[in-house]
Order: sequence, then C-alpha cells, then structure tokens
Amino acid sequence: MSHIVIIGAGECGARATFALREKGFDGRVTLVGAETHLPYERPPLSKEALLHGHAPKLVSELAQYAEAGIEVLTGVTAESIDPAGKIVRLSNGVILAYDQLLLTTGARPRPFPGLSGDNHRIRTLRTHGDAVEIRNALQPGKHLAVIGGGFIGLELAATARKLGVAVTLVEGLPRILSRGVPEPIAAIVADRHRAEGVELLCGARIESLSEDGDAAHIRLADGRTISADMIVVGIGAVPNVELARDAGLAIDNGIAVDEHLRTSAPDIFAAGDCCSFPLSHYGGRRLRLEAWRNAHDQGNLAAANLMGEGATVSAVPWFWSDQYDLTLQIAGMADGATLTVRREVAEGAFILFHLDETGRLIAASGIGTGNSIARDIRLAEMMIAAGVRPDPDALAAPGTKLKSLLAA
Amino acid sequence: MSNWVEVCATDKIDEEDVIRFDHGGMTFAVYRSPDDTFFATAGLCTHEKIHLADGLVMDDIIECPKHNGRFNYKTGEAKGAPVCVNLKTYPVKVEAGTVYISL
Repeated sequence: MSHIVIIGAGECGARATFALREKGFDGRVTLVGAETHLPYERPPLSKEALLHGHAPKLVSELAQYAEAGIEVLTGVTAESIDPAGKIVRLSNGVILAYDQLLLTTGARPRPFPGLSGDNHRIRTLRTHGDAVEIRNALQPGKHLAVIGGGFIGLELAATARKLGVAVTLVEGLPRILSRGVPEPIAAIVADRHRAEGVELLCGARIESLSEDGDAAHIRLADGRTISADMIVVGIGAVPNVELARDAGLAIDNGIAVDEHLRTSAPDIFAAGDCCSFPLSHYGGRRLRLEAWRNAHDQGNLAAANLMGEGATVSAVPWFWSDQYDLTLQIAGMADGATLTVRREVAEGAFILFHLDETGRLIAASGIGTGNSIARDIRLAEMMIAAGVRPDPDALAAPGTKLKSLLAA
Repeated sequence: MSNWVEVCATDKIDEEDVIRFDHGGMTFAVYRSPDDTFFATAGLCTHEKIHLADGLVMDDIIECPKHNGRFNYKTGEAKGAPVCVNLKTYPVKVEAGTVYISL
C-alpha cells in the first residue's frame, strides 16, 4: 500500500492529510507533529485564545482523524530523512518508509540576536504552550514589553490592553508594520494603539535584553531602560529547514520548491511557512509566506500534487490582522506599485489599490472595523489573479461595484 | 405553523448579493441570487461565528469574509474546509415587492 508521510502537524500538514482523503487517496497516511496537541489554529493565539485562555482550537477532532484513517504521531519529531532510501527516522526510534513525503515543518520565532540562556521573562509566541505562559503573566496591572511592531507584536499588545496590562512596544524602524503595510494604514493602527494606552516607541535601537528575578529589561541605545514583568519578542520567523537541508534538499529562504511544491528531491514536497515558491502573478519571484491562508491553500495544493494532479501555485498572497475592533486585510504585493488610489468603503474604512506602471492591479490593502473591507479585498484579490487593469477612477468611486471591474 | 417575518423591500438587496437581517435576538443572511431569487440562511459562519453578510456572493456561493469558508446559500451546504457544518436555511417568499422569511 502506498504510504504518504507528512512531517509537521500545523494547519498545512493537517489540511493536506484530509485533502488526500477528500481526493480519494486510499493508501496509508501518517502525520508527524512535534507538539503534544493535535493540529490547532494558530491565529487565535495572539487574540481570543490569549484573551480568554481557550484550549487550542483544533483543526479537526481526534475522531475525524480516526474516521479518515489518518495516523497521527504527536510529540514526535523527525530526526532525519534518507531521500535515496525513502525513509524518515523519528525521535521515538520509529523508522517510517514512505512512497511520498510532504514537509510542512513551519517556522519558528526569530530569536533576539545575541540573547542566550534560559529566559523566563523573555519569550516568543508561536505555540499554544507559549500563549499559556504569556497569559499567566498578563495579570491586570502588570507591564508587558513587546519587541517588534509586526502583526504578532501588535495583536499581542491589543490583547494585553484588553486584559488591563500596561504595554510598551518597541520597534526598531521609524514606523510599525513597515513590511508590507502601506503607511496610511499603519498610521491608523499606530494611532489606535496610542489611544488605547500603548506606549509606542518607534526608531528605538535596542542595546541589550536582560532579566532578573523580578523583571525583564530592555536597554535602549539612547540610554533609557524599559523594565517590564515580561518581554515578548516578535521580530519575525525563520523557516524550519534543518531537516530538509541535512537531507541535501535545496534551500533558498526556506525549502525551495517549484510551482508544484516539489522540492529538489524526488517524491518530496514542501508546503506552508517552511517553503519558498515562485509567485506566478509577480513574475515568478521566489517568496516565502507566513500566513494561515497560505498554509491552508498549500496544504490542499500539496495533496493534489501528491495525487499526481500537477496543480500550480497561483494564489495571491493574502493576510489579515485583528487589533481591537479593527481588521486589516492585504491581498497581493504592493512593492513595485506606481499608482495608489483610495476608495472609501464606510465610516473609517478604506482600501488602497496599488497599480503597476502598466495599470495592472497588483495589491490592495484595507482597514476598517469588523469585516467592513473584507468583501472588497476579496474582489480585489480576484482582480489581481485575473490580471485586470481597472480604471483608477472607477476603483476610487464608492458608487462603482468592484464586481463590475473584474472583467476589465 | 409558519411565522413569516418581513425582511425588506426586494430592491434593498442587489442581485448576487446579501444583507444582514436581525430579528428576535437572532441574525440571518438574506440573499438575492444572480437569477433574481431570494434565499435566507443563518447569519453566522459555522466555523468562527462571523457575519456572512460581510462576505462575497458569487453565483450560488457565499464566502465567509474571515477565512473564506464557502457555503451554497440555496441549500446551506458547507463546501469544504475550514467549514464542515452546514448552514441552516429558511424559507423565503416575496409578496408585493417585499421579502419575507419563515422562522
């Protein structure tokens, strides 16, 4: 019986296992995950799960794995792959022989440079276990320092404020969200955080981090020291490529895959946060995405190609972030835009459409309360995928139905 | 015994679109299909309790604005992960240019 082994039990790996069954694969499927939980959704970890102390929201229940005939090995890591012999050695001593292998090893938080040792008050947020530890420290009246003004850090700051925790957020660059979020939208997010009482320090160079029994400390280059009950470092993620690299697979800012998610080794695919892939709508440039939707979609795509469908990565990158009652959503990649037009959607809600020099829509970024911009961003995503060159004035006019521009 | 509740005038919902309708402490999504027929479902996505009326209608499909979970709004059928629980649907009638749903 044909055996597909999937290493990495997050959204992507879990989705791929079920997608294999949905597509009629009747061979053996084994999903291997390092965490002790069944695969769960990570986006709530910086939001509702942290706020309410929820148990992890499972992607699927245990009974669904049993029903689908999927073997799940939790608390087990893969130690090595032998691509020639087509075997995987696991940390529990088991050796799995595979016919095809899918690597969905994900990413891990980028460590703060130079920080070493066992820190209790200086943490990162990636797993449910991390969220539990952080939540335990976030009692009302405590002080949290966040390093990094990206999605994770800002979402964590917003959640901490809801819990009555004082928050200082330190960002090294002149503004928050400088990776991929246009300035006018980042400014609204920054203003909201300040209005909610977050102390936002941008352009702050950190000299060192330290902790003692009572507090953790950030020493800034300008001589200031910020002391807090806990520091959470949110400065990005690094892909988990070691297993693939040690097996001789090509690495290029992640496990390098082609447009079918194939690695450089026969019968080994990779998908999700761990891989870099060519982005068809943007001239085939190689990109790695750390996003729930990408993990979900590539899990489906990898399953299709494990079944020999030869499907091609053609998704438009799509991200969202929830902070307070604000949601921001971004579709596409805005760098390279030569024209940006603004469309008012509702009170305090707007979308920026980014077009390249040929007039093609390459990205859309929106912000508003609740899901006020979601529908238009979704339509923008479809327009980007379709490669349309919409009339900028029509994009900006609130009276224009975006659906009518899909065929432009 | 059916309990017909007035939703709105037919021209308040565009073709291939959806509106949110709250009644009696519940929330619904009321649709007008591209072939000009009206439908109604429970208002919240079965995955994360997001208002579906903020989502996009394409043909027979409503797509949740948060995680793109898809349902056939005519039948309530969940069309695949991340949604696996079907939406409840409600009978709809149109009389004298007004849309009613049966609760």
